[in-house]
Amino acid sequence: MKKITEKQIIDVIKEMCIQTNCCLNTDVSDALETSYENEISETGKEILNQLVINAKIAGSEMIPICQDTGMVVCFVEIGQDVFVEGSLEDAINEGVRRGYSEGFLRKSVVSDPILRENTGDNTPAVIHYQIVSGDSLKISILPKGFGSENMSALKMLTPSQGIEGIIDFVLETCSNAGPNPCPPIIVGVGIGGTMEKSAILAKKSLLRKIGVSNPLPHIAELEKTLLSETNKLGIGPGGLGGITTALAVNIEIYPTHIAGLPVSVNISCHATRHLEVEL
Amino acid sequence: MSISVTFPAKRETLKDLKAGDIVSISGTIYAARDAAHKKIIALIDKGLPLPFEIRDQAIYYVGPCPEKPGQVIGSCGPTTSGRMDSYTPKLIELGLSGMIGKGERSATVKKAALEHGTIYFGCTGGAGALLSRSVISSEVIAFPELGAEAVRKLCVKDFPAIVVIDSFGNNLYEIGREKYKAFT
Repeated sequence: MKKITEKQIIDVIKEMCIQTNCCLNTDVSDALETSYENEISETGKEILNQLVINAKIAGSEMIPICQDTGMVVCFVEIGQDVFVEGSLEDAINEGVRRGYSEGFLRKSVVSDPILRENTGDNTPAVIHYQIVSGDSLKISILPKGFGSENMSALKMLTPSQGIEGIIDFVLETCSNAGPNPCPPIIVGVGIGGTMEKSAILAKKSLLRKIGVSNPLPHIAELEKTLLSETNKLGIGPGGLGGITTALAVNIEIYPTHIAGLPVSVNISCHATRHLEVEL
Repeated sequence: MSISVTFPAKRETLKDLKAGDIVSISGTIYAARDAAHKKIIALIDKGLPLPFEIRDQAIYYVGPCPEKPGQVIGSCGPTTSGRMDSYTPKLIELGLSGMIGKGERSATVKKAALEHGTIYFGCTGGAGALLSRSVISSEVIAFPELGAEAVRKLCVKDFPAIVVIDSFGNNLYEIGREKYKAFT
């Protein structure tokens, strides 16, 4: 049995919140630089150039890449042989609280969706737990901005709609999103499971590095098709026109019911931020 | 080359700007987003004084990060303008001459903007660190209880933006998208 203290968790969550909001992951910055070379729209190039400069300023001065420092989503994989001293959930939220305060990050969470009073410390996080074998605790954090979150969608397709239905729905969602989610976007797609499972898969797929495909050949093929089709929408960087609308399309799948084909599309902006740690 | 635009600005001075023009905005602009709009409209409905005179002004849809010690303002890129659409026509009627944000506007906002000559500028979403460098001063002038959503008076210099919807109703989001759809 491995013991992990609340303090260890608080410290890593705090550091990860600050780090990921200020330092763009290299896979994303590399993709932005490559897109700058390939983009044919002059305005699009200018936007990509601004994004590259923005990331450099943010990283060197440790200020947030984007003012929407998001609502923190955590994926926690906890080994069965791990004992967490105290409350894991409280520790995660305390880490978020400290990270957002000490890192001068924006507090964007309201305590009640109807009454809408700001909690003042960006808590609570949205936490997805998974119990796995072994004695390690893996935590991934993904602070999610709502410019892109708001453009996400879920649809319960029928099995007969198949791949064509999936492609239509993903493209329709990206097209409707237009300039709002701060393109170039990263498109997370969850297919299968139940309604909520598909949504969680879509979110989880955003943790994947740009350039890494799904290991299943038919899913990797679908990712490739969707990326190419999304980039034909013309939306471009900042939505001002161009051939760089998406940097990646990531798909995760899960077994589903004989009667169903749930599809979730979780759109993420060019500043897709995530980090993971294993304790 | 970018065109210099200074706020406050009379609408007549902005009428020759064209969708796609790159502009540098200087002068005074006001930061207001969702909750502040709701409160401002409530004040208008009750006939009460407003945090700032709307006529000839530009509103920037932004909720900045807190400033670090020594910083004028934290990261301050645009938020999605569309969420302000239900409040905007009233502000346009009161003389608003500029709107700065990102993303599409509703048909009602576009109609009101066209009728009154209000210009919609876009700036780069997710470039909040870069944009913060163009803000010279920032002061909360109303609703401090809203935190990041408070109304701020911002002095800006060479704030980089682009004309998205001009006084003739041309819309760069539509034009740009149509143009590059051709490259399929």
